[in-house]
Amino acid sequence: MTTLSPGGVIGRGLVKSYGHGENRLYALKGVDFEARCGELTMIVGPSGCGKTTLLSVLCGTLRCEAGTVELFGQALENLSPGAVTAFRGRNVGFVFQQFNLIPTWTAVENVSVPLLLNGWTRSRAESAAAELLGRVGLAEKLRAYPAQLSGGQQQRVAIARGLVHAPRLLICDEPTAALDAASGQKVLELLRESACHPDRCVVVVTHDSRIFGFADRIAEMEDGQMKAFYGKGEYRG
Amino acid sequence: MLFGDRAKYGMLVCGLSFCALLMSQQCSVFCGLLLWTTATLRNVRAPIWVADAKVEQVNEAVSLREVEVERVRSVPGVEWAVPLYWGILQARLPDGTFQGLQLTGLDSASLVGRPGRMREGRVEDLRLPNAVIVDQVALAKFAKRGVQLRVGSVFEINDKEARVVGICETDRSFLGQPYVFTTYARALEYAPRQRKQLSFVLVQPRREAAVAEVLQRISQLGGLRAVTEREFAWETLVWYFRNTGIPISFGTVVLLGVVVGIAIAGQTFYLFVYENLRFMAALKAMGARFRTLAGMVFLQALTVGFTGYGLGVGLAALFGRAVLEKGQPPFYMPWQVLVFTGVVILLICCLSALVGLVKIARAEPAMVFK
Repeated sequence: MTTLSPGGVIGRGLVKSYGHGENRLYALKGVDFEARCGELTMIVGPSGCGKTTLLSVLCGTLRCEAGTVELFGQALENLSPGAVTAFRGRNVGFVFQQFNLIPTWTAVENVSVPLLLNGWTRSRAESAAAELLGRVGLAEKLRAYPAQLSGGQQQRVAIARGLVHAPRLLICDEPTAALDAASGQKVLELLRESACHPDRCVVVVTHDSRIFGFADRIAEMEDGQMKAFYGKGEYRG
Repeated sequence: MLFGDRAKYGMLVCGLSFCALLMSQQCSVFCGLLLWTTATLRNVRAPIWVADAKVEQVNEAVSLREVEVERVRSVPGVEWAVPLYWGILQARLPDGTFQGLQLTGLDSASLVGRPGRMREGRVEDLRLPNAVIVDQVALAKFAKRGVQLRVGSVFEINDKEARVVGICETDRSFLGQPYVFTTYARALEYAPRQRKQLSFVLVQPRREAAVAEVLQRISQLGGLRAVTEREFAWETLVWYFRNTGIPISFGTVVLLGVVVGIAIAGQTFYLFVYENLRFMAALKAMGARFRTLAGMVFLQALTVGFTGYGLGVGLAALFGRAVLEKGQPPFYMPWQVLVFTGVVILLICCLSALVGLVKIARAEPAMVFK
């Protein structure tokens, strides 16, 4: 049973479709969702059930056709596209499945991007990025290019990039899909640690059953609808 | 992003350099060629040129009656007017071979139209019997035929002796023949006999006279037209534009350079944006506004543009430096050529960046999750 409460990330009655006419396919069919501050929430479900679409709608990279999204009390529908982009730049961090680190930039340059987009000077941004890279165990790899890092190291760089501007919402799309078990475990420990912040939500979309144990709550989706919410240790997927 | 992708960066710089080189080099050769067409005006230097009413440019002289000099002198506002002979004759060398030359006959009293830069000898020596002054082109042309011209050398023009009393420097002409200066009277002796032999009347207007009025009064004499040196130069350039295939042939090469530049730069830049679209979308998702991404793309496009422009124009300048020492082909690179090349390169870069930007604008930030 879904119970919505204020604060964190709240989606109500979200509808999103792709295509037109007879080819129209509904990815979200009136989904309700909530992710609370200080928790790591996972969205699980079979491929094509609408997990990624929900993630895109929640962080404002995709507009839904119906329903409302509220991030920390701010309704995204009330903002212009430019304001949504600016809001996202300040409040949302991303960790992608394929890392999406810019290959021609060093680790520290990649991590400093969100700060530069928020108007920081290059030297301040790189200094903060270097500090965070040190905290994720990559102090020796500041000037390494993504191609010179292992998959696990690249994902740690990506996590540092997602966290460097202290966002209130960290969105992670299949963060362990491209990693081996040990690296995936380390990455989830990092995400779990970053969720231990009373003002921050971490939302993770995953298929990886090995990491379900790290979730505070799990939202299970099926065929564009929210099937159920589970508390810690309740999900047996 | 682009600077880290050395292959594409190199390809873009090479393409734009080639384009800038082709444009600036060809435009400079074209300008040099056009400059050659007005060489006689610069070598003679007179404020006002009077010619037959039907003459359209300086390299076609239609002969006038001798009396025209007196008629022009009688026009109010004319300070002085002197005759000038200009024609293409053949010099006969000691070994019997011929060399074409541009014989320029100056008024013997004033020597108006005298060469501006003398290497050897004095202009006033033209008043000596059979005296001529030859230019540096004559030295080179004669040398090719095994004759080393120097002051005191003798050759024949129309079976009459010509004795070199001086060597001067002139601007090379479009026709390619050397300039040989002598007095007007002697030039008529050298030239084949014709009923009318005066080529131009050179005029200096009075200081207080309005030049436009003087020109009008001379033209109203009938059968004559008077133009300033500057106007005559422009008319000559326009004539070559309209009556020769030079602009079309050079324009075709320049256009080819632009097309090659657009093709290489546009395609490579599009490929670069296409390959990095995922990262652009990631930046969009992270909060980068379109104008930030546009700034990034334009900065990269303009940087390769400036690099390519600098290399291309630099290579063209090196080419120019090399050929100017030889004197062939003509090369003149005015600032307008640099600006034109720069503007075209800028447009190519902007066009390439815009093609990429359309792709970026259409990219949904949500694509990073796919």
